[in-house]
Amino acid sequence: MGFDVELGLEWYRQMVLIRQFELRAIEERKKGLIPGFIHPYIGQEACAVGACAALAPDDVITSTHRGHGHLIAKGGDVRRMMAELAGRQTGYCGGKGGSLHMTDFELGILGANGIVAGGIPMAVGAALAFQLRGDRSSQGGLRVALAFFGDGATNQGAFHEALNLAGLWRLPVVFFCENNLYGEGTPQHKQAPITRLSQRAASYAMPGVTVDGNDVEAVYQATCQAVQRARAGDGPTFIEGLTYRYRGHYEGDPQVYRSRDEVAQWEARDPIPRWRQALLAQGVLPATLDDVERHVAALLEEAVALARSSPPPRPEDALEGVYGDTHDGRVF
Amino acid sequence: MPWATYSAAIRQALEEEMRRDPSVFVLGEDVGVMGGVFGVTEGLLAHFGAQRVLDTPISENGIVGAALGAAMVGMRPVVEIMFGDFLGCAGDQIINQVAKARYMSGGKARVSMVIRVTTGAPGAAAAQHSQSPEAWFLNVPGLKIAAPATPYDAKGLLKTAIRGEDPVIFFEHKRLYATKGELPDEEVTVPFGVARVARSGDDLTIVAISGMLPLALEAAEVLSTEGISCEVIDPRTLVPLDNSSIIRSVRKTGRVLIAYEGHQRGGVGAELAALIAEEALEYLDAPVKRVAARNVPIPYAPEMERFVLPSTQDIITAARALVLS
Ligand SMILES: Cc1ncc(C[n+]2csc(CCOP(=O)(O)OP(=O)(O)O)c2C)c(N)n1
Repeated sequence: MGFDVELGLEWYRQMVLIRQFELRAIEERKKGLIPGFIHPYIGQEACAVGACAALAPDDVITSTHRGHGHLIAKGGDVRRMMAELAGRQTGYCGGKGGSLHMTDFELGILGANGIVAGGIPMAVGAALAFQLRGDRSSQGGLRVALAFFGDGATNQGAFHEALNLAGLWRLPVVFFCENNLYGEGTPQHKQAPITRLSQRAASYAMPGVTVDGNDVEAVYQATCQAVQRARAGDGPTFIEGLTYRYRGHYEGDPQVYRSRDEVAQWEARDPIPRWRQALLAQGVLPATLDDVERHVAALLEEAVALARSSPPPRPEDALEGVYGDTHDGRVF
Repeated sequence: MPWATYSAAIRQALEEEMRRDPSVFVLGEDVGVMGGVFGVTEGLLAHFGAQRVLDTPISENGIVGAALGAAMVGMRPVVEIMFGDFLGCAGDQIINQVAKARYMSGGKARVSMVIRVTTGAPGAAAAQHSQSPEAWFLNVPGLKIAAPATPYDAKGLLKTAIRGEDPVIFFEHKRLYATKGELPDEEVTVPFGVARVARSGDDLTIVAISGMLPLALEAAEVLSTEGISCEVIDPRTLVPLDNSSIIRSVRKTGRVLIAYEGHQRGGVGAELAALIAEEALEYLDAPVKRVAARNVPIPYAPEMERFVLPSTQDIITAARALVLS
């Protein structure tokens, strides 16, 4: 294994940031700063980080209800994210969206989503626009769209319709399925008659690959190949990352559907200590990694401070932003 | 009389109907092992087994369509859709297939199926988990719509729905699940199309839908201390609608306020207001008033959400204005 150490450190930073962001959000929710539900991404960090590392800043992603990790990996500002979770004016959506709807168009984040599979056709549409206009990426070739979604989402009609369009039109899109073995409380094998979800790609004439979704480098390599194909105009790819979520489906989920043992087995494959080991093996000093962790902790302090100190939206702000043309307010 | 929660009342209805009729079965996302995300179907899997309590993939359109097919060949499926918002995903099957199957087939198809679904804002759940979509379906002939507000009505209406000949969208308000009410041990059924007078009064009629009923009763209590006597009517089913009970009350009081949690425009209140205008205009001493959600998606932050959703205070304020006018 030879990887660029700088790049490897950046991946480490992002994974730690995602993990710590989630832990902090969970804590702040208990303390009352965050009014809504959250679906923690903890355990799946290597998927978001490895996949987004293969994208250029002008590529776009669509995300899910478990989207905090995707946003952070695409460059999302954790301060504005924490403020959004707290429902504050300074949040990404000014408090209108919360966890499920965080969006940053400048970073190519077309949005988290409250509807399972809701973002997949959207990514296809963005890729269609890139192809129609011939949008060039800053890295050469076509701009690319990448859709993140879970194993459960592959059972929605929207998923199949979207993949069919992408295959038919050879669109520059990457479908990244995070197979964490559950959709809420139902195990994947009780939701579909196949367990190797990359097989789904075959009916839509695109390559389907399965990677260890807890290995950030493996995810990165697989996504790079998919992105290259897309940039070259050779069409979509389906990637299945095998991973696991360590917390409940949502924070507070009693998790009656799985055993403590199963969780422990997966915890032994935690992507973050694994990557830490890989970095140490490359000669990175423990002190350097500790520094990264300190930096992350400081950033999260700032995030929580911003969320706490920002004013809540004014009630009437709710009336703004429904339409682009408001016809002098007559539209309400 | 014994008491039960709204949630337990629904579970009882399911259990009793499943015991009574082997063609009744339940299907939906996480309804089995998890007992439903709101816990309504808890225990059914253990009781009836996986042949009658089916955990499904996340495939709303597929599930509803499959229920329709099963109904066409003689079963009585009860589908659970977690959030009313996700009815959008099943929209084609509901609107183009389920609703019209009997009619288009010249009466050949019997579509005895129930779609149980949650409605209303649970608080800080934002725009795709907070909607009250009852009105989306008012405009689709062929569907029946139930919106019970008490444990008694929830149980009684669900039993009637399951035994009936037609597809029913059965709206369960999330904030009502934990509420308690009287529920006798003996058989309970409630007919469709019969409103309930939840409180009688003379000065003003409040028609309260689903989760707005407790708010309307609370408002009526406050208003009574000011000498305003409210009659509170719960239609219980929106299709069929008990026009005559509503009209009778409006003719008595001469003033009417319609309280519903859906968006104001094109909502349940629009239909009721039109009905009142058609049948009781000359009895009105004041314009019809709607208290409903503002015409914006439901925002996440509590400050904005409270501003958008109709409240007890909104009912009180509107009622005062009506009576003083
Ligand atoms: C259309 C729709 N149906 C159901 C839900 C409720 N729901 C939210 S997340 C989820 C499970 C999703 O599973 P998966 O796609 O595997 O993603 P994961 O939660 O494992 O990340 C379900 C059923 C929803 N949000 N949208």
